[in-house]
Order: sequence, then structure tokens, then C-alpha cells
Amino acid sequence: MISLKQVSRSFQVGDQQVAALRDINLTLSAGEYVSIMGPSGSGKSTLLNMLGLLDRPSSGIYLLDGVDTTTLNDEQQARVRREKIGFVFQSFHLVPRLTAAQNIELPMILANIPVEQRQLRVAELIANYGLSDRADHRPDQLSGGQRQRVAIARATVMHPAVLLADEPTGNLDQTTGKEVMSLLEQLTEQGVTLIMVTHDPKLGQRARRQIQMVDGKIVAEPAI
Amino acid sequence: MKLSDTIQFASGSLRGSPTRTLLMILAMSIGVAAVVVLTALGEGARHYVVNQFASLGTNLVIVLPGRSETAGLGPGMLIGQIPREITLDDAEALLRSPTVKRIAPLTVGSASLSHNALNRDVVVLGSTAELLPVRHMAIGLGQFLPAGDIHQSSSVCVLGKKLKQALFGNDNAVGAWVRLGDRRFRVIGVMATQGESMGFNTDEIIIVPVAAAHQLFNTSGLFRVLIEAKSRDVIEQAKREAETILFQRHAGEKDVTVITQDAVLATFDRILTALTMAVGGIAAISLAVAGVLIMNVMLIAVAQRVKEIGLLKALGAPPKQIRALFFAEAALLSSIGSVAGLALGFAGSLVIGQIYPTLPVSPPWWAVIAACGTAFSTGILFSVWPARRAAKLDPVAALAGR
Repeated sequence: MISLKQVSRSFQVGDQQVAALRDINLTLSAGEYVSIMGPSGSGKSTLLNMLGLLDRPSSGIYLLDGVDTTTLNDEQQARVRREKIGFVFQSFHLVPRLTAAQNIELPMILANIPVEQRQLRVAELIANYGLSDRADHRPDQLSGGQRQRVAIARATVMHPAVLLADEPTGNLDQTTGKEVMSLLEQLTEQGVTLIMVTHDPKLGQRARRQIQMVDGKIVAEPAI
Repeated sequence: MKLSDTIQFASGSLRGSPTRTLLMILAMSIGVAAVVVLTALGEGARHYVVNQFASLGTNLVIVLPGRSETAGLGPGMLIGQIPREITLDDAEALLRSPTVKRIAPLTVGSASLSHNALNRDVVVLGSTAELLPVRHMAIGLGQFLPAGDIHQSSSVCVLGKKLKQALFGNDNAVGAWVRLGDRRFRVIGVMATQGESMGFNTDEIIIVPVAAAHQLFNTSGLFRVLIEAKSRDVIEQAKREAETILFQRHAGEKDVTVITQDAVLATFDRILTALTMAVGGIAAISLAVAGVLIMNVMLIAVAQRVKEIGLLKALGAPPKQIRALFFAEAALLSSIGSVAGLALGFAGSLVIGQIYPTLPVSPPWWAVIAACGTAFSTGILFSVWPARRAAKLDPVAALAGR
């Protein structure tokens, strides 16, 4: 469902062109669990942003569900993000003035979903993620693990096909990190494509498919 | 995203930074309040002047000798005739019109007035008993000119309040004899204090019967004829009928001018309304300043909320949506500011009304609408740039807080 062909991305830094991605070719099918690893500056976050349509390639083609996303305008890309892609960030990115429930509801508000449906879905997720007694708390009243659970609930509220996680356990301790990982892995069993960026090899090795990046290139992809 | 959700989200982010929100509402409301209070003052002044003017008389139609307009060459002009004067008979003839309630002919001149050794030049007003009700004057002591035949030249006079003080001091003037020009008049009354109006200080005049004044100045023409129409509705009709009557009496020549009090009032009204609008316009500038403030604070808000904007973009909010959120914030601020400003303005008007009870202070409806409209549109207008800036942010950089 995801297919990158000869994708490159370069940035202008001062008067120099810095290549973050060089000729990436990558094909992912639905329900895959992929980890992208590599040292910092290797372009793994840029690749993730590219897959999440937050960034546009300088050259190359990105097909998502058979659609060439590079030809879409901002409005259409936003729609694709809304309906097909969920993000889980290292620093959670919860809106501080909204409660846990409101944070989870946010993507559905943006997608213009009726209130009744929204409330049902939020209640369902809050129960599933064990946040029942935390629904009306603001992010600063939640622990790190709870915050990331809220963030995952928010990422999955629209039933996305692809879940993009950028160091999802980076700000969590070992135990809660494991909890969060098992939550994410459960989602892959439900058919969600999970793409996770990490520099922790232990974490990366849990994925069924592992991609190594160095200097904006995919260097190794061990066969499954 | 639904409109209600947009407004809810925007109001949430406004509540998120109460100090900023309060300051912006304050700026907006001061602007609106300034417009409301200043136009209320202007309107108050207008009402004051109009009321003063109306107190000169009710439903007045004024007849002047001579034409104030050019109307071609009349046969009279060829043989060197001057316009006919308005005589007492002309004035009496005006009473034939069913729309005329009463008339007061006026003759004005000046003569020297003396009592004992005191002597001074005074303005002499010749009129009839009807002057008192037509001009809404009041007698202070004794009585006004006696009613009766308009041609009767009885030797009685009524003194203005100041004039009486000047000649008699605190002595009783009623019943005393004074010399006016070459005639002796008996004082039968003293006017109550009126103050200046329509160019006359009625406190410093002497009023004698119109026929006596004509003898005194050796004329037969009237300076003005004041007509009081029966009601407000027939003023125009009274004006036309007065013109027709005098036109017939003057052998078909239009040599008088008839004006209505309403026409003069309307002129005053226009001038003062223009003044009010000018003052209101100046106050509206403060609203523009409030708009610039909103823009400034909105730009800061965009910078502060970069991460949130980045998140909204990642969650699939299109640029249009981000703009709408900032517009909604500006609209909320402007409308809350407008309402607060209106409350402030009306309270201010009320206080001014308490301090100056003679000034009928009340903000005109058009100023209220204009103030709110300006507040709202400046709010929206000045949020265009911040909203566009927010919508254009690069999501990756915004998420990283850059």
C-alpha cells in the first residue's frame, strides 16, 4: 500500500544543499510492522515525516493506496492525514488545555464527525486504554505512560491504516515503555501498518521488518 | 470541522491565556465605549440646541418682507418700485386662513428711553398681546400688552427685566411713566428673565403696541409676522396659504418670503449631526488602534502556539481550518469587546447625564451599530495576517517548536 520510488529530500542550509534522503526505494504492504533504525542525522525522521505527508519529497514518487501523493495539494494531503494516518510522537504533543478525552476527540472534530459518534468512540477508546479514571484530567495531571496512551488513542481514533511512531518510548521508563510497545503491537495484529523510528536496537528488533539507515540511505534490510 | 466546534476550540484557547484575552477585550471595549460616549455627547448637544430652538415657539411660520430668491423681472421692477411692505392689514388678513391659530406682528426700532434723569438707547419691539403665547414668553410682573384692536395705539409698554433694573433699580416700575422717543408710555408690566434667543436679548428690550411703534418710527411696514399654525401637520399648508393671501393682497406680486421654523431647525439638525459623526469617526480611530493591538497579540499567539498548530496539521487540519480557528478567536474577542464596550459606553453616558442633567445624552442607534461593526471588522481584518502566518507554518518545523 505504501510505495516510495527514488525519493530524495534535500534541505538548503546556508548556501549548501544537504541531502537528508537519497534515492529511497521502499514498499510496504498493509499490516506490516516495520522499524526504522539508524544513528541520528541518518534521515529516519525525515523519512517518517515524508511517509506522514508532513514533508514533500524533492524528487521521486510516493504512492499511498495507489495515489501519487506528491500531486496532491495541501487540502487533499490534510484529508489523507486525517483519514489514513495516525501519529505518535516522542514528546506526546497533547494540547495542554484540553482534557485527555478532548485530546482524543480532536481528530474527529477536525474530520467533522457528529457529536454522538464522537462521544461513543472516545468512551470506547478510554475504556480500552485503561484511562477511565483519567478522562477529565489535563495532560499535566497524567503520568508519562498515561500521556502516551492518550496520544496513541488519539492516533487511532480515526481508524487509520498507517500508524507512524517517532521514538514512542523515548520519554518513558523501561516498564511503561514496554507497556506502550505492546499496545502498539496489538494494533498491528488488528491490521494497522506500524512504522516506528527508534535508535534503540532492542526495540527495533521486536519489529518483523527492520530497516537500517545511514546518511539518508537504506543500507540493510535483513530478510524476514 | 463544524462552526460550533471551531468556536468552542477558539474560546478554549482564549481561556487558556486569560491575561492576554482580557487585555485585548479591554482595548476593544475602550474603543467601542469611546465611540458610544462621544456620539452620545454629540447627540446630546444636538438635542439641546434643537430643544432650545423649539422653545422659541411651536409650529412657527415666519413672514418677512422682500424676496430672498431671484425670480426674473417683474413689472414692478421696470418702473422702479421697491417691494411692498407688509402692513398691519396684511397681518390681520393672515388670520383668514383656517390653518392659522394666531399671529404676532413685529416691528423693531430703536429709540431713547428715559425715566427721571436716567436715559438710554433701547431696542423697541412693537407687537400685540399675541406675542406672549406665540413666542413662549413669560411676564414677570404686572401684565402684558392688552388684547384688542391691532390698530389701537395705546401708550403702554412692557419692560425687559434688565432694562427695568437699569432704570428703576429695585423700585416698583409698574404704573410708572417713562419717555420713549417723543412719547410718554405707562409701564404696565415687566418681563420674566428669558435670556438671549434668535439674536434678541429680550431682557433688554421694551415692548409697545405695534400701532404705537409705527407712530413712533413713522412707518407702516412690519419687520416680521410670526404665525402659529394650528398643528404640526398644517405648517406647510399655513406657509402656502400665507403666501397666497399676501400674493393676492399685493396685487399678484410675490414680494414676501415665508419660512417655517422647521426648515431652520432642519439646518441646525444637519450641522450638528455632521459634527456628531465627525467626533464618532475620530473615536473610531481608537478602534483601529485596538485592531493593531489584536494583530500584534495574535502574532505572538501564533509564535507561542507553534507546536499546537503543527499538531493540528499532523492531525489533518487543512490550512483553511487553521485560518478559521484564528478568525474565530478574533471574532470572539471583537464581539466580547464590543458588548463590554457598549456596556461601558452606556454607563459612561448615564454618568454624564447625571452630571449635566440639562444635556439629553443618549448614544444614537447608528453609532452603536457602527461601533460594533467597526470593532468586529477591524478584529477580523487584523487577524488575517496572523492567521495566514499560522496556516503557512511548515508542520515538521512547527512540531519541533521551530
